[in-house]
Amino acid sequence: MALLILIAILIFGGIASWIAASRSATMARWIALVFIGVDFVLTISIWFANLGHARWYQECSFQWIPQFGIRLHLAVDGLSLIMLLLTYFLGIMAILCSWTEIRERTGFFHFNLLWVLAGITGVFLSMDLFLFYLFWELMLVPMYLLIGIWGHERRIYAATKFFLFTQLSGLMMLIAIIALAIIHRQSTGVITFDYEQLLGTSLEPSTALLLMLGFFIAFAVKLPIFPLHTWLPDAHTEAPTAGSVILAGLLLKTGAYGLIRFVLPLFPEASRQLAPLMMTIGVIGILYGAVLAVGQSDLKRLVAYTSVSHLGFVLLGIFAGNQIALEGAVIQMVSHGISTGALFILVGLLQERMHTRQISQMGGLWETMPSLSGAGLVFAMASLGLPGLGDFVGEFLVLLGAYRANVSLTVLATLGILAATLYGLRIGQGAFHGPNPHHWNLPDLGFREWAILGPMMACMLWIGLYPQPILNTVRPSLGAVQQSTPLQEIVRR
Amino acid sequence: MNAAEFTAASPLLIMSATAIVAMLAIAVRRNHFVIAAITLVGVVASFCSLFFAESAIPRQITSLLIFDSYSLVYMALLLCAASFVILFSYGYLKQRREHREEFYLLILLATTGSMVLVVSRHFISFFLGLELLSVSLYVLISYIRYEAISIEAGIKYLVLAASSSSALLFGLALIYAESGSMELSQFAAAFGHSATFPPIAGLMLVLTGVGFKLAVVPFHLWTPDVYEGAPLPVTAFIATVSKGGMFALILRWFHVTGTGISGTAGLILAIIAIASMLAGNLLALTQTNVKRILAYSSIAHMGYALVALLAGGMLGAPAATYYLAAYFTTILGAFGVMTILSDPQREAAYIDDYRGLFWRRPVLAGIFTAMLLSLAGIPLTAGFLGKFYVMTAGASQARWLLLFTLVVSSTIGLFYYLRIVAAMYAKTTDMEPARSVMPLPATVALAVLTGLVFLLGIYPAPLWTAIVTAARSLG
Repeated sequence: MALLILIAILIFGGIASWIAASRSATMARWIALVFIGVDFVLTISIWFANLGHARWYQECSFQWIPQFGIRLHLAVDGLSLIMLLLTYFLGIMAILCSWTEIRERTGFFHFNLLWVLAGITGVFLSMDLFLFYLFWELMLVPMYLLIGIWGHERRIYAATKFFLFTQLSGLMMLIAIIALAIIHRQSTGVITFDYEQLLGTSLEPSTALLLMLGFFIAFAVKLPIFPLHTWLPDAHTEAPTAGSVILAGLLLKTGAYGLIRFVLPLFPEASRQLAPLMMTIGVIGILYGAVLAVGQSDLKRLVAYTSVSHLGFVLLGIFAGNQIALEGAVIQMVSHGISTGALFILVGLLQERMHTRQISQMGGLWETMPSLSGAGLVFAMASLGLPGLGDFVGEFLVLLGAYRANVSLTVLATLGILAATLYGLRIGQGAFHGPNPHHWNLPDLGFREWAILGPMMACMLWIGLYPQPILNTVRPSLGAVQQSTPLQEIVRR
Repeated sequence: MNAAEFTAASPLLIMSATAIVAMLAIAVRRNHFVIAAITLVGVVASFCSLFFAESAIPRQITSLLIFDSYSLVYMALLLCAASFVILFSYGYLKQRREHREEFYLLILLATTGSMVLVVSRHFISFFLGLELLSVSLYVLISYIRYEAISIEAGIKYLVLAASSSSALLFGLALIYAESGSMELSQFAAAFGHSATFPPIAGLMLVLTGVGFKLAVVPFHLWTPDVYEGAPLPVTAFIATVSKGGMFALILRWFHVTGTGISGTAGLILAIIAIASMLAGNLLALTQTNVKRILAYSSIAHMGYALVALLAGGMLGAPAATYYLAAYFTTILGAFGVMTILSDPQREAAYIDDYRGLFWRRPVLAGIFTAMLLSLAGIPLTAGFLGKFYVMTAGASQARWLLLFTLVVSSTIGLFYYLRIVAAMYAKTTDMEPARSVMPLPATVALAVLTGLVFLLGIYPAPLWTAIVTAARSLG
């Protein structure tokens, strides 16, 4: 029941915040903040109550459409839990960072924000494939409105592109889901969309490959994977800051989560067969994203392209086929969510002060805003993989695991970290260091802004120095994934 | 006719009687409200009589009509759609200087015609029902006589409907010449004779007539112009009642249990379905008139329904029926919003009329958004479950090509629905919430339809069970 309440809280919180906004915008913000905070606390309490338990912490299941065996089946394990914590943490940051940015139609903004989070929560909890698809699509509509109403200049174009890409790939997944359920019925006589029952479906190798591709394409677009990433720079750049934080921090993670939760366990054989290809695509993504990031003149677009690069590591880790790489991929998901989210918030803060995102307009900001620039440097360093900060742990573990699977690809992927140094330094040098040619004189971080960036820095340090609690939590879930994917260490050269 | 036959046929009889009563009432005294009320009461009474008729089915009356649970489900669907059209018409006609009363008479007759299509099992009743529907529509489309565009649409429909009827008649004659029987079950028999010329040619000519009514490619050319020219409630009527009756007929007589429609007829229908899905959605992309957009989208939606018809099997007929029910609810809601937004001078038909609507009239814009998302097939709406059932029906018969076309074309479709949505949420200069009076009947109808769109999208079990039971009577 607690799981259903998590979603209900966000849904009602959204409505309450919309209603409250007609009286006072500040009240709407506080209401949204409180409702997400309640979810955050609830999730933490589920975590502490189940420390060291077996795989599944809680679940609930209700009949929904009996004729098709569709159930309202939610469950939480370590992986879902970590993702939920990230969701609510970034949700709180998203509300805080739009505190002064969003002045028009505040109520409807928070309504959409909370509903996106509700959809994401559903995605991380669904144990019924039909339900999963439902939440998968439901995330889109409020996200579309967030970009389309509060975005920057080319918002309609970006929002529509985002919606169309996701919708087309999502429908491919729906066909695969239906086909899987029908094959299951043909072999067992039971029609069901339940995850655990479908796990054991016996499939012809060629059918499994096609179905896997159906799922994969939906997750590949969200992740995003080269060459399906073209919606990402547009959507991230045009979205309001809170939208970018949620897109980069959470929506991309739903793609990675889908790969770990559904593609690997449902189609172990096919995944192993395609692993070399997937790892290659991952490495291409790492290099391509990094190279393009270096060339951007718009700071927000630069950060957007770094996501393509970082998520390449996640793909590499997921398909490397061993526990270490998979754990690395999860750490990378969490720390990328925080570091990139923070970078988007920083860009938002700069834009609010300077009304531009062009790096050429910046420079020497350290002189006038030492705290903000310092924070910027920390997250730029995190993004380029400085040891001691979160991203390093993720990337290191992924590379360690991938090295066992394929040496040459791993060497190439390492070059991506080199390119990351280039764009990381470009952020640091271009924006914050050097002389101040435009004679900017701007206010430094206020209390609210410290309240956003401070905890995020603390989290980065925590993941960077002591990631063990996260690893312990996700290990049982990942172990279950690994069982169905036998170790793949044959491709070693 | 004995008592049981009367009971079974009572929905049709009540509709016809209401038409006569309405005609007499007009002759006595013209009163818009009274006539509208008589019509609505008649339709509702006919709907209620369906529950009594249930006790008398299955029953065949002469060789012309057949009443079974399948007919009852479709008649219920048509009567619901007709009553919503009537509710929307009241406010719409009230604003216009025109004789208003005959409008309801024509709606009654057209609905009756469509219901006859649902229950017919013979060429004669098929053709009579079709002509009753078409002739009423000629007048309805050009009902607003001072609008040139309305007249043009009416004439266009008249010429094309008449020629498609003659093609249909010739087709029926060819099938009769070969088989010596005038029963509609000859359609299914003609599928079998794929080698011989007359039945297949006859079937193709019949498909011309059927395809015209359903507005599928390549018989769709009238659709955008007629949708644009007809008064909004009539457009809603064409999109629902007129297509629903014809679809029920072909679903009953073309439906093949087992592996679905195959052979020559299957190939031709598959081509029609694919062409409709793609052409409908592609042609809608560049339109700026919302009525025309919905016209092209209706072509595509008929294509989706044909996918379920082609798939057949256990799920084909129920999936197609659920899809139609969901589509009717949604499109009625969409046209309902447009009707409410129209003013006496002109209809709210252009995308520009909807710019910034969300900030002026948030509730109406919210409802319109829900309807458009349902047309696009986004979850929690009726349209999504309709699509889910169609896809399940298609997948269980391994009709992959049709399914991929459905997926690709509905993504194309999403683009133009989003254009309207984006316009509604755009920032404009005129952002003050507007207070304006909404006609009560239309408001009630719209509220019910909105509820239905979400109900059918969240809790489909009752309707689905009823439809599956009804589809069993198809055998």
